[in-house]
Amino acid sequence: MGEIWEGLVAGFWLVITFDADLAGITLRSLQVTLTAVFIASVIGLPFGAFLAIKRFRYRRAAIAVLNALMGLPPVVVGLIVYLLLSRSGPFGVLGLLFTPTAMIIAQVIIIAPLIASIAHQAMRDIWAEYHDLLISLSTSKWQRIKTLLWDGRRALITASLAGFGRGIGEVGAIMIVGGNIDNATRVLTTAIALETGKGDFALALGLGFVLIGLAIAVNLAIHIIGKTESEGKW
Amino acid sequence: MVTPILPVSLSDVVVKRRGKTLLGPLDLTVPSGGCTIVMGPNGSGKTTFLRTLHGLERLNQGAITWSVPVEAARSRQTFVFQTPIMMRRSVRDNLAFPLLVSGASRAEALRSAQDWADRIGLENALERYAPRLSGGEKQKLALARALISTPDVVFLDEPCANLDGQSTREIEMILKEAQASGTRILMSTHDVGQAKRLADDVLFFMHGEIIESGNAAAFFAAPKTPQASALLRGDIVE
Repeated sequence: MGEIWEGLVAGFWLVITFDADLAGITLRSLQVTLTAVFIASVIGLPFGAFLAIKRFRYRRAAIAVLNALMGLPPVVVGLIVYLLLSRSGPFGVLGLLFTPTAMIIAQVIIIAPLIASIAHQAMRDIWAEYHDLLISLSTSKWQRIKTLLWDGRRALITASLAGFGRGIGEVGAIMIVGGNIDNATRVLTTAIALETGKGDFALALGLGFVLIGLAIAVNLAIHIIGKTESEGKW
Repeated sequence: MVTPILPVSLSDVVVKRRGKTLLGPLDLTVPSGGCTIVMGPNGSGKTTFLRTLHGLERLNQGAITWSVPVEAARSRQTFVFQTPIMMRRSVRDNLAFPLLVSGASRAEALRSAQDWADRIGLENALERYAPRLSGGEKQKLALARALISTPDVVFLDEPCANLDGQSTREIEMILKEAQASGTRILMSTHDVGQAKRLADDVLFFMHGEIIESGNAAAFFAAPKTPQASALLRGDIVE
């Protein structure tokens, strides 16, 4: 109990003194995860909508594979990305290993199936609801997709937020491909892992509370910007 | 001068699902003008008939021939479903939607939405989230959304089921106005009173087939089939 209290105090202290290291780590966490969420959303949201609307031969198999990919172990993803980006790997020439870009790549691979799967579920429900109406109004395929994406935007925001939640708390993959290098690839989760290893539980907990606060703040900000709770005006 | 989409002819039309015949064989011509009421017990094929005519059901046999190419015919007809489909938007945006997808400008669509909201008594609910409306309001909105683009034909599948007398009266009034301005109405209902108030002619379905059809006054005065007589008496028809 004492350590938790000390952690809270440490976290509070880090924030109010505007610790430069903490600011750097926090900004890097945000930069890596938000970039990964953006890229994964660009890939995952339309793919989820496509799977909901389009009927094709191996659709069920594609959905099953997509759902299975949601459970990808981050450490394995990290290892595969490491091997691909290492000097002897096929993309070694790009020199991306131990950079934030490598961390973003790993996170995109982890997050995209989650976002696509949640988007597919949401789009499938709304398509079932709208199907007859949109056919009845002689809408074009493009108009149908646009309508579903627009009217399902809250669910799509939720899908992206779920991706953000998974990304911001991820440690295994980014530790492997980022290397936890101070002032270069250290982010909140890898810093927590480091401080825990060093036995500085108070600082680790402090960073943990900052991480939780950050995740909540980003979720709230997106809800407020997206007006997800003011449905009367939608 | 726009070519009218009616009459429409059904020739040997059959609709089957999982080996079971839901509709047909049907041979029928639906002429222009007036209001056709589709009657019959549950499962008799009323909804399937309307959905098939509107192109929502695939034919297993036969053909439906409109007076214009089918794509043109479909774009000039709308459907009001028994359970109104409310888009997850405001009342205003629900009303404007059919006009926007048919290429109208946003200003024009919103102006028409305002006019129709006034007509259906939802002028103070334009910004409300449509799925949160009451049952009667939803059905009026669905009807207005179906009529806002002044279709040649509107199909209605028991639009007043589960509505109270006041809402039913309002919907019937809107339908009569639409009919007066030239919209052809094909509507299914279980409500004999409503059928008598609205029908110019009647199609009576049993087991997917039309067993009686013709002028509404004659049908209600002296039905030819025992099933229709039983229905009009208020007996249970199976």
